[in-house]
Amino acid sequence: MSCGNNCSCGGNDSRRDFLKSSVATITTGILGGSLLNSFTSCNEKKEDEKVNVLTHDGKLVAIDKSQVANFKPHISEEDVRKGIPGKKFVMVIDLAKCDGCGKCTKACNKMHYLPSNKEWIEVLEMQDSPEMAPYYFPKPCMHCDNPPCTKVCPVDATFKREDGIVAIDNERCIGCRFCMAACPYSVRLFNWTEPVKPNIVETTPPPEHVFQSKKGCVEKCDFCPHMAREGKLPACVTGCPMNAIWFGDANEDAVTCYDGTTTKLSQLLEDGAAYRFLDELGTEPRVYYLPPTNRTYNAKEIKIETNDSEK
Amino acid sequence: MQKLNPEIKDRIENELLVTVGRRYRQETLWVILLGLICVGGTVAWIIQLRKGLGVTAMRDYVSWGLYISLLFFFVGVSLIGALVSCVLRMSGAKWRYPLIRIAEAVTLSAIFFAGFMPVLDMGRPERLYFLITHGRIQSPILWDVVAIATYFIGSLIYFYLPLIPDVAIMRDRITDAPKWRKKAWTWLAMGWEDNLLQRRLLKKAMLILCIVILPVAISVHTISAWLIAFTLRPGWNSTIMGPYFVFGALMAGTAIMILIIAKLRHGYRLEHYLTNKHFNNLAKILLALTSFYLYLNINKYGVPAFKMAKEEKAVLQDLFYGHNSFFFWFTQIVGLVIPIILLSFQKIRHSIKWVVASAVMVLLGALINRYLIVVPNMLHPFAPIQHAQPGYATYHPTLIEWTITASSLAGFVLLIILLFKPFPVITMWEVTEEIEKRGEKEIGVEDILNPQTITGHAI
Repeated sequence: MSCGNNCSCGGNDSRRDFLKSSVATITTGILGGSLLNSFTSCNEKKEDEKVNVLTHDGKLVAIDKSQVANFKPHISEEDVRKGIPGKKFVMVIDLAKCDGCGKCTKACNKMHYLPSNKEWIEVLEMQDSPEMAPYYFPKPCMHCDNPPCTKVCPVDATFKREDGIVAIDNERCIGCRFCMAACPYSVRLFNWTEPVKPNIVETTPPPEHVFQSKKGCVEKCDFCPHMAREGKLPACVTGCPMNAIWFGDANEDAVTCYDGTTTKLSQLLEDGAAYRFLDELGTEPRVYYLPPTNRTYNAKEIKIETNDSEK
Repeated sequence: MQKLNPEIKDRIENELLVTVGRRYRQETLWVILLGLICVGGTVAWIIQLRKGLGVTAMRDYVSWGLYISLLFFFVGVSLIGALVSCVLRMSGAKWRYPLIRIAEAVTLSAIFFAGFMPVLDMGRPERLYFLITHGRIQSPILWDVVAIATYFIGSLIYFYLPLIPDVAIMRDRITDAPKWRKKAWTWLAMGWEDNLLQRRLLKKAMLILCIVILPVAISVHTISAWLIAFTLRPGWNSTIMGPYFVFGALMAGTAIMILIIAKLRHGYRLEHYLTNKHFNNLAKILLALTSFYLYLNINKYGVPAFKMAKEEKAVLQDLFYGHNSFFFWFTQIVGLVIPIILLSFQKIRHSIKWVVASAVMVLLGALINRYLIVVPNMLHPFAPIQHAQPGYATYHPTLIEWTITASSLAGFVLLIILLFKPFPVITMWEVTEEIEKRGEKEIGVEDILNPQTITGHAI
């Protein structure tokens, strides 16, 4: 990151340009497309604001914001299958901070137009054994690097992208639900009935749709690729007031949380003694957890729900 | 052995051809009943297609239910054809001759419905062709599709080849049949003249097919087992699944075979052809298979039960003394232990009634076992089930599911009956040829060489 380990440039805006600033300094040298992309995210700012542009001979020039056209690149079928170039998305969830308020789920449901009975990110109450203190455990899709789900898909409807995201094409899915059986994290959901469609028009190919529900198809957390393309954070991160969820790019070694704090990923994982959920299965998840030490909330109040009564 | 008396041969053919196209009252009633169940199932399926899989009790945790259980059952039953026509052939069992066509008919019907069950289970069946246009050959589902299709075609050919001489006999003998039937027979017989060259070629073709079809048959069921063994879920993540499925399948297939020949023996009056010897020998096979399956069960459940690893524990507790314990112990005791004890006695193996009773127990156990393999494991995933909506953390199949399940089973039986209608149930030419060669005792037929005993019912 250009601004160091503990950049807190203040306010909500910095959240939005955590990718932008990095793009302008590092990635843009290689990829002109992302450069233009990064401008679209800051066009709400004042007119006289300067932005950095990389010229073709390699110089960084500051020009007026108004001189840059508001350009949205066309995203092709191939683009959504390959992923956002140069990125390797990663999420870190700090279990010490999560107080189980469920705002990540609410924000996610709002962004993806999901009904209240569907949860792409589910907050579980965990207790490893009766003697150990319970903790809250937000569970998004792990976007595994060795995904058991994509291996079994018969029609390539779910696939691993180069930017680390495991995506679903619900115009391709035949609804065999083999991926649901294969997923050890139970994050995949099925549309058993016709979902209520929101009144939106989406021009991107289906794997990057905001609204992915389709009757007879599988859906799950997608790490909000439509937000990442604009250099923005996923809904669950911007919805977590506890700063418990960090999201970022492993290639840049930087992750950002709700209040805009951007920190070094490797440092965060090392200092927090991070682990991955069910790592022993060899799925290589891209979601890291920081263990629930020194909790900021009263853990004793957590009630663990057992499903014995259900059956 | 001397040449068979042409008169006797004539009588055998006459007797076996009687069942062709003939209507039996009881059978007609069965056909109507099964047909009605199938109509009900079709209606249920149409409802399911229109409203989506929401009409079933399957939800995000139990995402596979009765349909996939039934897929495993049908794929399993289809192995009986390979058992009778390959394994018995290679072991030199001559008594298999009267059973071959029956076994192949069961196989054909079972594999047809095995191919049908995944379509019932699909969320978007209209995208079925994606398997061809966008198929990923790395996925075990594609392997299953290829294996089931190959086995279906192989079984169809294996059903057809021994039929050629029989159709030729029908073409030559039945003169009062309608014109279209005669045309069909002529076409199906492919100019069979019963000369030595034709016989040699036919036998060669059957031998090649017999060798080819065995690995295909085993692969079909092994791949079905891999559908669940390739996942990481506790209870499924096991290397025993392939053999466990294959031997469970052979067991269920043998049980069904016993039930069907028992029904045919009386219904079609084939007492001379399907005799005590067949029941006795099939009972011995069933005894061997149930014992071996019990052994596999001990390995499958006993080994993890000793260790009681964290994740397996929940599944095992559910099976041993939880909500599914009744079914589990039913499959183990009624489905395996009691039949093993019963079939160990020679007296019981010689009594058709008792053999049939054991087969019923084994079959019930095998059917329930398929359900136990699929559903309880899905209710115990790694991540705990919490805040589940009502109906999500349980699985009680809906009426639609039961109707479709019942009609698939009914359709399976109906298709077998319909396959028996246009052709003789017993391979006439092979049976007469083998009687000539080895005598009736080895083939297992009784009282055929003595013209006095042939009652020639209703010729």
